[in-house]
Amino acid sequence: MHLTEDDLVLHYYGEMTGADEARATGHLTACASCQASYTQLQRVLAIVDTAPAVDAPTGFERIAWARLEAALPARRRGWLSWFVLSPARLAWAAALVVLVAAAFFAGRLLPRPAAPVTTASTAAEKVRERILLVDLGDHLDRTQMVLVELVSADEGTGPVDISTEQARAQQLLAANRLYRQTAVSTGDTAMASVLDDLERVLVDVAASPSPVSQADFDAVRRRIESKGLLFKVRIVSSEVRERQRAAVQQQKGI
Amino acid sequence: MPHTDAAAVALARDGDSEAFRALVERHSRAVYRLAHRMTGSPQDAEDVVQETFLRAYRQLGRFESRANFSTWLHRIAVNCSIDLIRSRHHRETSHDAADLEFADAANDERTEHSPERLMLSTEVQDRVNTAMASLSRMERAAFVLRHFEGLSIDEICQALGMKANAAKHSIFRAVRKMRVALEPFVES
Repeated sequence: MHLTEDDLVLHYYGEMTGADEARATGHLTACASCQASYTQLQRVLAIVDTAPAVDAPTGFERIAWARLEAALPARRRGWLSWFVLSPARLAWAAALVVLVAAAFFAGRLLPRPAAPVTTASTAAEKVRERILLVDLGDHLDRTQMVLVELVSADEGTGPVDISTEQARAQQLLAANRLYRQTAVSTGDTAMASVLDDLERVLVDVAASPSPVSQADFDAVRRRIESKGLLFKVRIVSSEVRERQRAAVQQQKGI
Repeated sequence: MPHTDAAAVALARDGDSEAFRALVERHSRAVYRLAHRMTGSPQDAEDVVQETFLRAYRQLGRFESRANFSTWLHRIAVNCSIDLIRSRHHRETSHDAADLEFADAANDERTEHSPERLMLSTEVQDRVNTAMASLSRMERAAFVLRHFEGLSIDEICQALGMKANAAKHSIFRAVRKMRVALEPFVES
């Protein structure tokens, strides 16, 4: 019996077990037709090996670092040295432990309210949603301000100092990325698309040298204008505010 | 800028961000290539690069200085790619192998070029990339892990959270699509 196409693939990758492997090897030695198919498979997969992987765009290293820098957590010293070096922190930590312990015992001694758990968790969820909307609204406002400053800067001929905008763009990058990922995971494609466009401009600004050449500065401005980014940000920002108001109304109605 | 990865890692561990920057600049392109191969999307590849270096930064303390930094990073990048693929809602956009539109055109061209020349041509590379793009997310991940990363089918099952049969069939389908796309370029 001839080897199937799938058998040949398993044999190629060395995924056949003892007896099957021996049978396949024996058959390939004896059967010209299966041997031809196997050679064909080897050649096809050899071509796959020759194709280089897709490379990152030019200047990717710079962009990667600009994104990362804003998101890197500060490296800390050991927790023991943190306390040893600061008796005041040690006192605060002790106070916190006492407070948590007191709250724990108070919780055990006091009678518990019989409020349904589902109502409490739903309310908590709504509060979280409101907080998220407020944060997102603020983020969009701050980003909008950076864009406005860039677009409305005076026309010049020489290099432009954008160090202030750069610092702010860098601060906004990490948050923007998180909001974009949240929008993707919740299926909010319109929001994700605007945040994606925003991220690219923020990366451009954060990763530019400062002072930036007039030509590069114009390129960033063109990018903002060509995508109608300011308009889009205003639209989603007002939508977020609307959702915020609706959430507040709903909360009052509970 | 530290000359070796080991020196850069040692400095980065002590909080030297410029040393970590050097590592990012040296290795981000390679991580991108791997991530793009795994995910098939530039946006996802960028996210994988970001997540890979964030994880590496957090785990620098666990990195053994005698080990090879790029191998260690490569492993993290594979795991990040797998996590991203698993977390995505799969919008399977795979096409049946018969749908690959270029098969006829490739047959016509076979008579004009020698296989040796075509092996080196960008056209073949494009064809491979198109065939890779035609794979579903899981087919692509399973195939890349088996073919390029050398993971066994058992390891792929664990990594991608699939059953053995599903992993095998993802690889079979991927290879079949590669054959349909590339057989016109190899001599019978």
